[in-house]
Formats: sequence, structure tokens, C-alpha cells
Amino acid sequence: MSLPPPDIILGGLVRGSIYGLVALGYTMVYGILGMINFAHGEIFMIGMFTCVFALGLLSTLLGTTTLINLLLATLVAMIFSAAFGYANERIAYRRLRKAHILAPLTSAIGLSIILQNFVFLTVSKDNISFPRVYSDQLNKVAFTLGGVHFNYLQFTILGTSLVLMAALFFFIHRTRLGIAMRGTAQDQLMASLVGIPVNKIIALTFVLGSSLAAVAGVMVSMYQSVAGWNSGYIWGLKAFTAAVLGGIGNIPGAVLGGLIIGLTEDITCYYFGSNWRNSVVFLILMIVLIIRPRGLLGERVADKV
Amino acid sequence: MLRLSNIHAGYGYSEVLKGINLELNAGEIVTLLGANGSGKTTTLLTIAGVVRPQAGTITWNNAPLKATSPDEVLAHGICLSPEGRHIFPRLTVLENLLIGGYRLPASRNSAKLDRIYTYFPLLAERTKQLGGTLSGGEQQMLAIGRALMSEPKLLLLDEPSLGLAPQIVARIFEIIKAINREGIPILLVEQNAREALRIANRGYVLVTGQIVLSDTAENLLASDEVRRAYLGES
Repeated sequence: MSLPPPDIILGGLVRGSIYGLVALGYTMVYGILGMINFAHGEIFMIGMFTCVFALGLLSTLLGTTTLINLLLATLVAMIFSAAFGYANERIAYRRLRKAHILAPLTSAIGLSIILQNFVFLTVSKDNISFPRVYSDQLNKVAFTLGGVHFNYLQFTILGTSLVLMAALFFFIHRTRLGIAMRGTAQDQLMASLVGIPVNKIIALTFVLGSSLAAVAGVMVSMYQSVAGWNSGYIWGLKAFTAAVLGGIGNIPGAVLGGLIIGLTEDITCYYFGSNWRNSVVFLILMIVLIIRPRGLLGERVADKV
Repeated sequence: MLRLSNIHAGYGYSEVLKGINLELNAGEIVTLLGANGSGKTTTLLTIAGVVRPQAGTITWNNAPLKATSPDEVLAHGICLSPEGRHIFPRLTVLENLLIGGYRLPASRNSAKLDRIYTYFPLLAERTKQLGGTLSGGEQQMLAIGRALMSEPKLLLLDEPSLGLAPQIVARIFEIIKAINREGIPILLVEQNAREALRIANRGYVLVTGQIVLSDTAENLLASDEVRRAYLGES
């Protein structure tokens, strides 16, 4: 068996970087509230739809000035998704913070179903397509290596993801708000005793995670040319898997987990065909968790006390 | 300066404080003595806004303390360093200190840090170490340093000597006294009643949520009742 060709590796990295971006939202919320936000995939999907509609609107209003429209539409998607993420926390999770852990979890699953069906019933039952005029310009060949074509779109996605991840890392480790966020995740009582407005920091966590998911949604709809009401389910599930694989609650772990899952999927497709990819991804997840239940970079539970 | 009048407080249906009256004047160290479960910690948590009083009033500088959450109480300059130290384990020593001054302008940080490092030179050497990797004594020093970063007008200390080696305990009490000499009044809850009374001006004795005795620290140290019950003498 020969090594997979470079385009497979690049494809895997592109896919993986998107998983990583979405996984950050899961892992940040888990880190601060100890709950899995199962509606996070839907926030991603709402980002997709918002972007496609915003592009339609902007094309009519401003004409197709590619880059400006694309950036504006992404911004609108981020704001819209962030608003949804904030509302989710406010409506479905905040009141359940002191309840049994299964209560907010169930609430999150319910919310996910509501949002999916809401989009299905009111927006579109079929997949909607991303306006080609915006993605085609990026879909040009950037360079050819060994007879394989690499395009700008892939580099844009990879580059955007990496820049956003680096920005998040900087924010969390170097800014006053970021330190407050980590403090709140580690000891909520003490955070409130040093004067951190804990509720606002938790809301900020949702807003940040949702904005990242929106950018991921924009990039996926651009890459795959379509968006559907159920797109958030499988992307969300894989991203959640990435967060668990990397060690849930751990920020670099989410990125690492995302890249591993993306690469695994594309390499599996290359060798065994696409029918095998989900089986292999989840098989790897199970093996890692059996050997290392805290995930690749996760801390032992005892360390958190 | 601080006055608690007929404070009732507790958790859920269990009432822990059954009408606490106490006061603390400018410049004082006041200590709360009492057995486990007598309500010492609950008293501090109630002042700090973590536990809501069911009845009674807290007066701060002659005005009712109308604060419903710990960050609002802190905004009045009342800072609690809780039992168990609660160091942020995965923040560095420096980050733990900086977070203590979270709501204050960062421009004052370096002056405050210098002052804290003169109290605790050890912390200056370990700024990049994670809080969770410090020893108990070092964590206590960090906890006091973090509290000082909030520029407190009143410091509430809950069991600062708990679980520490005797030499470190002595050092911690020295520093508490030194901080007080700078003009910061301190309300101190301690298992180590003897050391606490030695540095305190006055003390209160709590039994099952009520104050049964209040006197100057000297008189309490001399009182037979206190010696028997809290200083382990017969």
C-alpha cells in the first residue's frame, strides 16, 4: 500500500480544520459549564443559511463585488449565529445550571430538534445551493504538484481556520477577558469572588463559539456548494467527536482532534471507499477512549479539583 | 464600619445563622471562633454576597449594603478569601494575581504587584508556575496576594492557616498583622483560635448560629470558658 497522494492529505486537513473550528465551540462550552451543547451543530447550520441568504441579498443590492460581499455575508452569518447561540444559553440552559446534568443536556437535544425542524418547515425542505459566482473565483488552481491540482478555496479555508484558531488562542491566554474566561471555567465561585461577572463570561463563551461555527458553516457551504437543514447534524456530530478525541474542555485538543478526524476520513475514502469513512472514524474514537478515556490532550479529572 | 444586625441565613430549608449581630470598626482585626458547623464560614459567605440573608441587615459605612452578588459586594471593597484558598489551578501565579484586580484599572497593577512581592518574595520567583502546582503554604500566600490585588477596604479571611505547617502558619499570621497595620480591617475565621486571638483586637464566639460571647481578644484568651472549649486546655 502506497502513501496517500498529497491532495488527499490536503483535503483531509481542510475538512479537519473545519471540524476543529466547530469543535472549539463544543469544548469551550464544556470547559465552562460542564455540559455538551448538542444544539451547536444547528448554530453552524444557521450560519450556512444566513450566509447564502445574505449573499443573495447583497448581490441584488450591491452587485457581485465578490470579496466584499463574501466578507460582509460572513460577518452577517457570525452575528446571526452568535445571537442564536446567546439566545440558546439564555433560554434553554441558564435556568438549568443548577439542575442535574441531564436536564441541560436534554434541553440541548430538544433545542437541536426544534431548530432543525424550524429551518426545515419555514426556510427550505431541500438543500439550497451556494451561489457559484462567489466560490468559483476561489476554485481556481493555485498550483500543480505531481499532476495534482490544489485550489485557492482549500487554502482559504485552511488559512482562515488556522488564523481564527490562533486568534482564539491569543484571546484566551493573553487578554484580560480571556483570563477571566479560563478562571470561570476552573472555579466559578472564586471567579465571582474576584469580581468577574460570571453570567456575562458564559454568554461570551457561547457568542465566541457560535461565531466560529458560523465561519465554519460559511466555508462548508462554499466548499460543498450546498447547505441543508440537516447539515448541522453530521458536521456537528463529527466535530463533537473531534472535541472528545482531543480531550473535551481542552482547546488545542479540539483542533488536534479535528485534524485527525478530517485526515482519517479522507485517507479512508482513498483506500477503502467513502462508505467506510464513518466506521473508521468512530472505531478510532472508541480505541482512543478505551486506552485514554480523557482524550488525547485532556486532563485527568482529578487535576481539575 | 461593618455591622450585621439580626442576620438569619442558611442553605435551602436549613437555617445556619440564627440572628447574628456583630460589628467591626476601622483598623480592627476581629476574629470569629466556634466549632465546626457553628456558622463562621456562613457568616463570611453572607457578608460576601454568596449566601443571601433571609432576614436582617448588613450595614457598610453607615449605609445598608444593597448587593445581591459577590461581584457587587466586591465593588464596595469587601473582599473574601474563601476557605480552601480556591487558587485557579491552571492559571499561572501571575494570572492568579492579575485576576484578583479584575475590575480595577490595569495601570495600578505593577505597583500592587511590587507590594505583594515584598510580602511574599516567593511569589515573585514563581510568576510563571501554575497555581495548582504550588504547596499549600504557597497557595495561601497567593490567595492573600490575590485578595490584596482587589484593593480591599475590608478583608474577610476564612481559615488562612488550615492544613499548613507551623512555621508557615506563623508567617501567615505575621503578614495578616502587617496588612492590618496598613489600615485594612480584617474579619478572621480560624481553627487556630490561639493564634487568631493573639493578633486580633476583639473576638466573637459562635455556637450553632448564635453569638454567645463577645469580648476583647485579651479577655477571651484569659476566659476559662474559651480556654476549655477552643484552646484545648483543661
